[in-house]
Amino acid sequence: MENATIVEKHPDAQPTGTETRPGLVSQRAGLSTTSVHAGEARRKPSDAITDSICCSSTFTFESTQSIIDYIEQKQDREEYGRYGNPNEKVVERKLAALDSAEEAIIYSSGMAAIVGLLMAKLSAGDEIVIFDQCYHRSREFCSKHLSRFGIVTHQIATGDFQAMDNAINSRTKLLISESPTNPHLSVIDLEQFVALGRSRKVETLIDATLATPYNIRPIEYGVDYVWHSATKYMGGHNDLLAGVICGSREKLTEVRKLRGILGGINSPHNMYLLERGLKTFALRMARHNENGQRIAEFLERHPRVEKVYYPGLKSHPSHEIAKRTMKGFGGLITFLVRDADWKQTAAIIDACSIPKIAPSLGGVESLIEQPFVMSYFDYSPEDRKRFGIADNMIRMACGIEDTEDLIADLKQALSV
Amino acid sequence: MKFRTRAIHVGNEPDPATGAVVTPIHLATTFIQPGAGVWGQFDYARSGSPTRSAVERTVADLEGASGALAFSSGMAATHCATMLHKSGDHIVAGCDIYGGTFRLLHKICNRSGIEVTLAPADDAMQIQAAMKPNTKMVWIESIGNPRMTVPDIPAIAEMAHRGGALLGVDSTFAPPSILRPLELGADIVMHSATKYLGGHSDCLAGILATRDLELHKELYFIQNATGAVLGALESFLLQRGIKTLELRMREQCKSALKIAQWLEGHPQVTCVLYPGLASHSNHERAKQFMGDQFGAMLSFEIDGDLAKTKVVCQSTKLFGLAVSLGAVESLIAQPASMSHASYDAAAKAKYGITDSLIRISVGLEDVDDLIADLDQAIVAAGLNSK
Repeated sequence: MENATIVEKHPDAQPTGTETRPGLVSQRAGLSTTSVHAGEARRKPSDAITDSICCSSTFTFESTQSIIDYIEQKQDREEYGRYGNPNEKVVERKLAALDSAEEAIIYSSGMAAIVGLLMAKLSAGDEIVIFDQCYHRSREFCSKHLSRFGIVTHQIATGDFQAMDNAINSRTKLLISESPTNPHLSVIDLEQFVALGRSRKVETLIDATLATPYNIRPIEYGVDYVWHSATKYMGGHNDLLAGVICGSREKLTEVRKLRGILGGINSPHNMYLLERGLKTFALRMARHNENGQRIAEFLERHPRVEKVYYPGLKSHPSHEIAKRTMKGFGGLITFLVRDADWKQTAAIIDACSIPKIAPSLGGVESLIEQPFVMSYFDYSPEDRKRFGIADNMIRMACGIEDTEDLIADLKQALSV
Repeated sequence: MKFRTRAIHVGNEPDPATGAVVTPIHLATTFIQPGAGVWGQFDYARSGSPTRSAVERTVADLEGASGALAFSSGMAATHCATMLHKSGDHIVAGCDIYGGTFRLLHKICNRSGIEVTLAPADDAMQIQAAMKPNTKMVWIESIGNPRMTVPDIPAIAEMAHRGGALLGVDSTFAPPSILRPLELGADIVMHSATKYLGGHSDCLAGILATRDLELHKELYFIQNATGAVLGALESFLLQRGIKTLELRMREQCKSALKIAQWLEGHPQVTCVLYPGLASHSNHERAKQFMGDQFGAMLSFEIDGDLAKTKVVCQSTKLFGLAVSLGAVESLIAQPASMSHASYDAAAKAKYGITDSLIRISVGLEDVDDLIADLDQAIVAAGLNSK
C-alpha cells in the first residue's frame, strides 16, 4: 500500500495561475490517498478537479512533423481510440499504483483481459497449467478455445504444487491460478507458486479479482501478471464492465500492442466511472472484508448450514496461509445448506430480501446466487461433482450494507 | 433497515424492464402516454423522470421526509424554497449563511418585496428577537460557515412555528448520516448535494426535503413551474455517490477530528474551530445532535498575517486550493481572500473572517498524509513546525 506514484503532470496541462503547485512524485502514500489521487495529474486541463470524459475516437496532429515525432516515440500522446484514450490511461496508472505494478492494461471486460494476455503470450504448441478451481468461463476459454489454436491446457487440483511441477515441460509457458478461488475460496501460497515458476523458468499469472490489492498484491511476491475483473471490487458499484492486467512494462509491451489490434479496449465513459469508483476503494474494501468475516462466522454457527467456505474462518483449509498473507478476506462467501436439495436451497435464496439474485460480486449491493443454477445448470452431474459444485451450494457476495441488516435477512431466509 | 443499507437499496429497486441492479439513466425528455387525456407515471421530464425520481426517493428516505425534490444546484433548491413567499413577507436568516444564499436573499428576493433580517443562528434568542408578525420563514445552516457554529434547531423550530413561520435548514455541511434536521423539528431541509451527497466533485445538485406532504406538493408545484430540475446523468451520479455516503462521512469526520486535535496542539495555530473539539462553543450541542461525527469541515487561524496565511494555502500538495467542499479530495481555502473577499473590513471583523483564517474540507485521503501535508505547508510559510 505504500507505493504510489501520486502525480504525473498532465502533458497538456497549461498552468493558468501565477504560482505552480508541484505534484508529489514517487511519494509513498497510504492506500486511501493512492485510491483518491494516484495516476491523476495534479493539475488538469481547465484546472478542473476531476478528469474530463474525453470521447474522441481519433486525435488530431498539429502537423506532419508531429506525426513523425509520435512514430519515433519522441512524443507520448494519443493517436486513435483503439490504441488508448486519456481516461483509460489515468485509470491504468491508478491501478498500477494500487497493485505495486509498473504497468496496467485495461480491457473492456475481465475475460477480454485474460484473452488479450493469452493471445499475446501463447503460440501453437505451447502449454499452460491451471489450477482447476476457477471461474468457469476462464476454464472454458482455455480448454475449448485455446485448444483450437493448438495450445494445450493442463488442469491440476488446486494447490497441488507437486502435480503442477509434474505437468510442466519444455513447452509450458504460463502457470495460472486464482487466489482466492471461485467459489471455494482457496488461497494459493504465492511464495511457493512463484518459486515453482522461477525454478522451472515459467511465467506466473494470478487472478486476484476476489482479493484485490487491498488484501494482497501478488506482484510484491514476484508473480509476473496479475489479472482482475475490475467490474467487481475496483468499479464497486455494479455499473461497469472492465478488466485489467498488471505487470512489468517489458512483459506487457507486446500485450498492449495486441490489444490495439484486437480492439478490446474500454470506453471513456466507463473509465470515468471506474476512476470515480476507485476513489472509495479502500473504504469499500474495509466494509466488504468486515461483512464477509462476520457473515461467514454467523453462517458457520447456524444449524441449517452444513459448511462455510471462507478463508477468514479457522475451518477453511487455506486459513493459515490466508492469515499470513492477506489483510482481509473479501466479501465473497460460499456455503452449503444442510440436508437440502437444489430446490430447498433455491427457496432460501428466493426468501432473501436484501441481497439481489444475480451473478457477479464486488459491488455495494449484496448479491446472492446458487452456482448449480446460475453457472452450472447445463453441466452433467459428474462434471459438477468434479468441479465441486454441490446442489445445496449458495454463493453470497456481501456488499457494504450494514452487517446487522444482512445477518437479520439471512436469518429470516434460513428459517423459511 | 439501517442508514447504509437504505442508502444503497431504497430508490434502487431492480429495473422492472430489464432486471438491472442499478437504476438506468433515462435521458428521455418526454414519455408516451396511455391515451389522450390519460396520464402515465411520467409525462414530461421537467415534471418528473425515472432516474431523478429514484434518487429523490433515496434522499427522502434518508432524511426521514415525506418527499424530496432534486434541483440543478443547491442555489436552485434554496431559490425554490424562497418562492414559497410573496411580497410583504419577512425572512429571518442566520448571519453566517453561505454567501450565495446571502446574495439571493438581498439581491433577488428583495426584488419581489420580501424583507430579510439576519441574526446569529447559534443564539436562538436573537433569532426570536428578529422575528416579526410577517415572518414566514427562518433559514439557518446546521453547521455555520466558516466558524462552524451549531444552532439549536429544536428551539428555533419551536420559535418559528409559534410565530407562524417555517424553519428551513441548509444542512449541506451535515448530511443525513450525521444529522437529520427534519427529526429535530425543521420543516424543510436543503442540501447542496454537490457536496457530501454527491461526494466526488463531479455533479452539481440541490435537494429540498420536507416532513409535511402538503408542503412537498407546494414546492413540487414551484419546481415544475420554474423548471430548475436535476438532469438524468447527474441524478445517476448523485445516487451512485449516496451509496458510499455513510462510509465516506464516517471516515472524513474521523480524519477531521484527528486533524483538529493535531492543529489544536500546534504552536503556530492560534485557534481551531471544529464542533468536535471541547474548546468549541457549541460542542455540547453538537454532541447532542450529531453523536460522535461532527462533520469534515474545519477552520483554523495561524500565527501569521494575510500573506503568510496565503502561503500556507498555496503550499499544500494534497489539499487542492479551491472553493467547494465535501468530496473525496481534500481542499483548502483562505476565506478572507476567496469566499469572503467581497466583505469590507467591518463585515469581516463582525463575522470573524480574519486574515489568518484557513478553512479546510477534509477528504478521504489517509489522515496521516493530510497531517504531514498541512505540517509542511505551515513550515513553507516560514512558521516553525511542531
